[in-house]
Amino acid sequence: MADRENLVNKKIILRFSAQTVEQPMVYHLVKDYNLVPNIIKAQISPENEGFLLLGISGLEEDFRQAMNYLQELGLQVQSLTEHVIRDEDSCTQCGLCTGVCPSNALYLERPSQQVHFDGEKCVVCNICIDVCPTRAMQIAVDN
Amino acid sequence: MKKSYEEINEKIRQGKAVVVTAEEVIDIAREVGVKAAAAKVDVVTTGTFGIMCSSGAFLNFWHTKPKMRMSQVWLNEVPAYAGIAAVDAYIGATELMTGDPANTPHPGHFRYGGGHVIEDLIAGREIKFRAGSYGTDCYPLRRLEKTLTIADLRDAFIFNPRNSYQNYNVGVNCGDKTVYTYMGILKPHMGNINYSTAGQLSPLLNDPYYRTIGLGTRIFLGGGIGYIGGPGTQHDPSGPRTEGGVPTGGAGTLAVTGDMKQMNARYIRGVSMLGYGVSLMVGIGVPIPILDEEMLEFTAVTDADILSPICDYGLKYPAGEPPELAHVTVAQLKSGQVEVLGKQIPTAPISSYPMAQEIAAALKLWIKEGRFLLSRPAELLPTVPGFERSEE
Ligand code: SF4
Ligand code: SF4
Repeated sequence: MADRENLVNKKIILRFSAQTVEQPMVYHLVKDYNLVPNIIKAQISPENEGFLLLGISGLEEDFRQAMNYLQELGLQVQSLTEHVIRDEDSCTQCGLCTGVCPSNALYLERPSQQVHFDGEKCVVCNICIDVCPTRAMQIAVDN
Repeated sequence: MKKSYEEINEKIRQGKAVVVTAEEVIDIAREVGVKAAAAKVDVVTTGTFGIMCSSGAFLNFWHTKPKMRMSQVWLNEVPAYAGIAAVDAYIGATELMTGDPANTPHPGHFRYGGGHVIEDLIAGREIKFRAGSYGTDCYPLRRLEKTLTIADLRDAFIFNPRNSYQNYNVGVNCGDKTVYTYMGILKPHMGNINYSTAGQLSPLLNDPYYRTIGLGTRIFLGGGIGYIGGPGTQHDPSGPRTEGGVPTGGAGTLAVTGDMKQMNARYIRGVSMLGYGVSLMVGIGVPIPILDEEMLEFTAVTDADILSPICDYGLKYPAGEPPELAHVTVAQLKSGQVEVLGKQIPTAPISSYPMAQEIAAALKLWIKEGRFLLSRPAELLPTVPGFERSEE
């Protein structure tokens, strides 16, 4: 039963629609599955659609069951096995991506107008990959 | 207090010229006043780096053996215009690759086109070249395929008919669906704003009546030395202006040219605009000679003095109706949020201010080191009717 004792620390994105937003899911993750969720970023639109970027730590088996529970609720669960990187040589610091990035992972420093990329905040929505005019934003797959 | 081009160039040759960027001159004018600043500063360097669609390059491929007319030419499967003399062609920045699905499905990705060919040539990368001809008695060869780099070209020079707009539209979307434009993605119901200007660093905003800029002005172009070829297409100095002379709409434009073989791909980049097409980001820096106090005053323009028109790209612009909703200053745009028609809207730039700064700084260094002399234009750009451009 050694597996059950394995501690995991994962990043996931929950995407929800108007129907699922009412669920107290973070509470259940703590109470029913003994997990420690850490909300890195949350965004809810006026239409009650949005995403939560969560860091979760706990036992592997608890984590697995919790993911089943979330999916049964109708939430889209994406675990971050992909991440987004920026090719610094291709980036022209134009700033266009800062207008579409939903998580502020790409942001403008003021007053210098330099464009920074904070991979920690990225929710891997891939919008910038299509928007960046010089294709500086790229997908990388985790090992 | 007046200075001539000759006096300024003599100082540059001796390494004694005082050269500052269009950002630095603002502080100098504030600290010591316009009069003292005009006496001190000889040249102000400007810079801009943004998407400039009306761009392209003339290429000459050397004559072949046997000879060929080359009436059709493709570079990496992007067609170039070959309806000129044998072995000459013009590759336009917005030309798509043959077979590109364009906007089906919408929004298209436009992964490669003329702008990318220009960047690849300047970067020294290999290009797949293909040419066809109908064959004549003097030019019998009908087909040719090979790979080439810029080193294999006899001549390669940029000729951009319309670059470096003096001021530019700010994009917003008043419609109820997202639009994919050359101003980027604009969300419905005025969800975001995109703007494209180098503001206080912008070449034509530092000499708003074109007292020193015209055909023959030597400039920084794409990391090399280029020249202004005259007013660009759609050059129109006649619109409304602020008291300081800043036009509150597009106004002036530049036609520019320069040898591609001495350019640097850092300062000239092929781009893909989602749902719009391919284009070229061009880096331009124009030196402004401080001939007198009026020129110093012009170059001390700040982002707070520049008013740009907010335009509706959702409904009005595509319909060809007057798109202007309001005017805001570049300083407001750069703050990250502006108020339009009572709504707070987040802003994002499209042209790179850090690159504009880098270009102004690079040009400043060239002049300080005596590697770049100012040229007196053979013909100034057309200016506002009635504006007196005093001779130095
Ligand atoms: S859109 Fe691309 S090139 Fe422009 S700042 Fe963002 S990552 Fe850099
Ligand atoms: S994928 Fe790009 S746009 Fe999406 S959150 Fe990450 S950085 Fe922002």
